Amino acid sequence: MSKVFVFVDHTNGAVAKTASELLTLARSIGQAHAVIAGTSSDLDAAVPVLNKFGASSITLLESGEINNHPSSAIAIALADLAKSQGAKVILLPSTARGKEIAGRLAVRLESGIITDAIALTPELVSTQSVFGGSTLVHSQIVKGIPVITIRPNAIEPVEAAGSAAIEKVAVAAIITAKITSREPAVRGARPELSEANIIVSGGRGTDGNFAPIEELADALGGAVGASRAATDAGWYPHSHQVGQTGKTVSPALYVACGISGAIQHRAGMQTSKTIVVVNKDPEAPIFDIADFGVVGDLFAVAPQATAGIKARKG
Amino acid sequence: MKILVCVKQVPDSWAEKKLSPAKVLDRESADAVLNDLDEYAVEEALRIVEANGGAEAGHTITLLSMGPERAQEALRKGLSMGADAALHIHDGALAGSDALSTSRVLAEAIKKEQPDLILTGTESTDARMSVIPSMISERLELPHLSFAGDVQVDISAGKVVTKRMTDEGVEAMEAPLPAIVTVIEKINEPRYPSFKGIMAAKKKPITQMSLADLGIAPNEVGTGGAWSEVKDFALAPARGAGVKVVDEGSAGSALVEFLAEKRLI
Repeated sequence: MSKVFVFVDHTNGAVAKTASELLTLARSIGQAHAVIAGTSSDLDAAVPVLNKFGASSITLLESGEINNHPSSAIAIALADLAKSQGAKVILLPSTARGKEIAGRLAVRLESGIITDAIALTPELVSTQSVFGGSTLVHSQIVKGIPVITIRPNAIEPVEAAGSAAIEKVAVAAIITAKITSREPAVRGARPELSEANIIVSGGRGTDGNFAPIEELADALGGAVGASRAATDAGWYPHSHQVGQTGKTVSPALYVACGISGAIQHRAGMQTSKTIVVVNKDPEAPIFDIADFGVVGDLFAVAPQATAGIKARKG
Repeated sequence: MKILVCVKQVPDSWAEKKLSPAKVLDRESADAVLNDLDEYAVEEALRIVEANGGAEAGHTITLLSMGPERAQEALRKGLSMGADAALHIHDGALAGSDALSTSRVLAEAIKKEQPDLILTGTESTDARMSVIPSMISERLELPHLSFAGDVQVDISAGKVVTKRMTDEGVEAMEAPLPAIVTVIEKINEPRYPSFKGIMAAKKKPITQMSLADLGIAPNEVGTGGAWSEVKDFALAPARGAGVKVVDEGSAGSALVEFLAEKRLI
């Protein structure tokens, strides 16, 4: 059976959720071959998860420089590996790091690239949801080893216990831009925005007060998002911006509070599975895509919902 | 120092977009504007020049764009903000070019121009692939400093210093020039072109380049040379209109009931 390469993203061995999604997808196409870049200890930490999601084989691209974004070095090593092992297709997560490597890989392999696919058939016909979810496009790569990035949360991970054979390949240390210092983000208990199953977002209607948004997000175990109006006003960090410019998300539940729903915002969240809206303006365009809409004041509705959720959870 | 800023003309990001029967973006269906995210790159170039002695010190800003005839409008916008000159790669054979072709064409133009610093936005708001800067970096073997939320150029040391701002945190980065830097939205507040700027832009040179000028054969790019093909497309099924309630004091609780029914809590 042909090998379907999966590029595994991780932080110090903690495997990103995208890896379980990509491995699940890979198994529907061929043999899932996981490729992870990092150290031996990163590999040791990752192996149980990769086995749980059915990797048939694993290659460690061994590099101590993984936190220095050696995307060119990884792309070169991955391209060589894909050629020597006859990869049928290479899947990467549609994340900042995944796309940086994917672009380079396509150049190195002289292969076609498709980004942000939400589905892929065994015949390698991809589906992309474009223009803010208004249009579905089916495409196929016609030259080279296809390089395809898959949008986080598009595939439902399914476990398939296995025991993968492991090999290690050294990666040349090519670092052209060096990191001189680092301040890691202070990450609270909230999940990462693009991977989150639940997102609660605030917009102009918050008037700068995100407390009810954060409290509802925490009660739901979700991430916090913001509209461009809110980040433009400096009310919430730009890294939380959902929209045409900003992040594209498709969680199981998206709660939009005080967001009118201009195309700019809808383009980033329209493919969410369930959409809940709280807005004072009954004419706000976001109600057109809401599964459950409340015409009301978010400062009354959100805290009541937060209290109700907490009461249920006991 | 010679700064080159890659820009693209896109349909207005606030407008609805659609595909044409030819399975490419229908560029007539919405107003065409300078890609929002490129304005930050143009603004950053202007600020870097201002911080290093201005045009008097011999620094120049050139815009580079590949696109049809009317892409000149987007270049004029950048010129009216204050860039000095523009290069417009315009060739009928380029229509329908994918990311591999586009990055190759831009890389060839950059090779001819030999800039010290290349600035781009994070993505175009139409294709949204955000792979072109890393592809150019890979083709030209130039350092790529991505997600820059701050850019400082040390001309005497021949290096660029950035702050890479992502969900993971902030990383101080540096690389020798020439380098390619991708700036994030909100790195700055792009200026509105002044009336004087708009008038001056009309006299600034836009140099046309064809594929022949770049030594690329027409059949290597465009729809025919593409590495991927669109098989078909369809409008996504419209989301069914859901429940809409007016809050009379208990809508928050009704919302909780809805989430429970959907097994979301």
